[in-house]
Amino acid sequence: MDFANTFIDWLRPDWFLNLAVVSDDYNRGRYVAGLWMTIKLSVVSIFLSLIVGVLGAAVQGAPSRTLRVAVGIFVAFFRNTPPLVQLYFFYFAIGTVLRITGDNGLPQPLISNFGWAIISLSLFAGALNVEIFRAGVEAVPRSTVEAAEALGYTRLQIYTDIVLPLAVRVSLPALGTNLVNLVKTTTLAYAIAVPELLYVSAQIWSEDLNVREMMNVLLVSYVGLVAILVWVLHRWEKALRIPGYGE
Amino acid sequence: MYSPHLKPKVRGHMPVMLPLRLRADSLPLADRLFNLWTLTALVLALAVVLIGPAFAQLATPDERTTLTILLEWTPTLAKGFGFNVLISVLSMLIGTVMGVFLGVLQVSQTRPIRQAAWLVTQFFRNSPWLVLLFYCILLIPFQFEIFGVNIPFPGWIKAVIGLSLPVMAYTSEFMRGAILSIPTGQWESAESLGFSRRMTLTNIILPQTVKRVLPSWMNLYAVLTMATPLVSIIGVDDVMALTRAALSAEGRADLLIPMYLYILSWFFLYCYPISSLTRVLERKYSVKL
Repeated sequence: MDFANTFIDWLRPDWFLNLAVVSDDYNRGRYVAGLWMTIKLSVVSIFLSLIVGVLGAAVQGAPSRTLRVAVGIFVAFFRNTPPLVQLYFFYFAIGTVLRITGDNGLPQPLISNFGWAIISLSLFAGALNVEIFRAGVEAVPRSTVEAAEALGYTRLQIYTDIVLPLAVRVSLPALGTNLVNLVKTTTLAYAIAVPELLYVSAQIWSEDLNVREMMNVLLVSYVGLVAILVWVLHRWEKALRIPGYGE
Repeated sequence: MYSPHLKPKVRGHMPVMLPLRLRADSLPLADRLFNLWTLTALVLALAVVLIGPAFAQLATPDERTTLTILLEWTPTLAKGFGFNVLISVLSMLIGTVMGVFLGVLQVSQTRPIRQAAWLVTQFFRNSPWLVLLFYCILLIPFQFEIFGVNIPFPGWIKAVIGLSLPVMAYTSEFMRGAILSIPTGQWESAESLGFSRRMTLTNIILPQTVKRVLPSWMNLYAVLTMATPLVSIIGVDDVMALTRAALSAEGRADLLIPMYLYILSWFFLYCYPISSLTRVLERKYSVKL
């Protein structure tokens, strides 16, 4: 680390590089905390959005017309309204109303800004996942389902054991695009003051006046995060591949 | 997936033709009592119990109903929404022109150009919109001096540029896919007719890509429109900023939910027809196997 510090001190006068994230312990701590928050936001939202997607797609194949229409409305609404306004709606509108009386007798929000960010992002990405999974489910040949029926599978068993494993493979490329989008959308949490990467970077550049350098660090960080996600998804796709199926 | 609600539309279709299904026993009482409907009713009742007192507490002696207030603010909000639409149209225009150019560069015959175009595309496609917006807002000067004349560069123009960057990257990727999807026979026959590469591109290949790119391009426009409220974060007075200003001017907590829902429905009414049309076009232009 000592060597790195000398290196950065040497860089600074010549290039006006003010890489506070590397040279300053305090700022590095903040940056790492922000990065960790972004990762937490992304991972939890990805997980919840996948659950929303699988459940929604299952319901869209259900016999009940009311349920199917309800899921259709949910998907149409969340797909065609701005995610930022959704987030504001959840945090400022519902969050303001949804208060409980805290220990000190003052009203406190029931769900923190981090919680609302996760809920909002999961529902937004989940609505798209429903569409993606449904397309995957529709791509499963009917004969496969009929064969499972002939073997005495129940509806639930057919969905979990036959349709879903095949549908996941079909929908992986589209799913990847959507999840990458979700990681990019976590920046919106900045608007409700969740201390994620963009938020802490804004703090650092307004204190250290190193906008240009922090901006570049920020862009590289996000491209790096997305690259990791793409790599993981690629590995997953490879691991799930059934020879002779798809392609 | 087997769906019993979809009756096949076949002449002479009779129930006896359907696969044999054993009639299920009627549900036990517990399942009939605790199903999705009762759960929904319970959640709703809980929400009312939780939210109701808050409303009662926050109610002010203000006489006007929510609807009147919404109507009062509508002209202001409409102006803001028009600004959003303007920003989205301009970004789309700039982004598409740059994107088509970049997409053509991505299939260039020179390797370095191809790789550079690929890198630029991937970079802007994978960085968050908000970060790109910050980038443009904070790093583009607020005025330029050309030949001694100061040309002002207001925030909203910088926002347009910031939003056009991801549009450029997405369009570039669509163009690359569309150009590569044109059968190579087209290139070869154009060559045999004596077309230069440039003429082949502009007269033969690009016109054919329009049809293939159109659905995703329209979808991109809807996504871009839904990204325009981001400019409120960086201080441009769009519909979102105006909404928040209106809410703080009224200062009524019971107005929060209706007002945000109102704005959401504006965007919904604008974007939903676009995405429905996209789906229609996708189905129409999809390759039939």
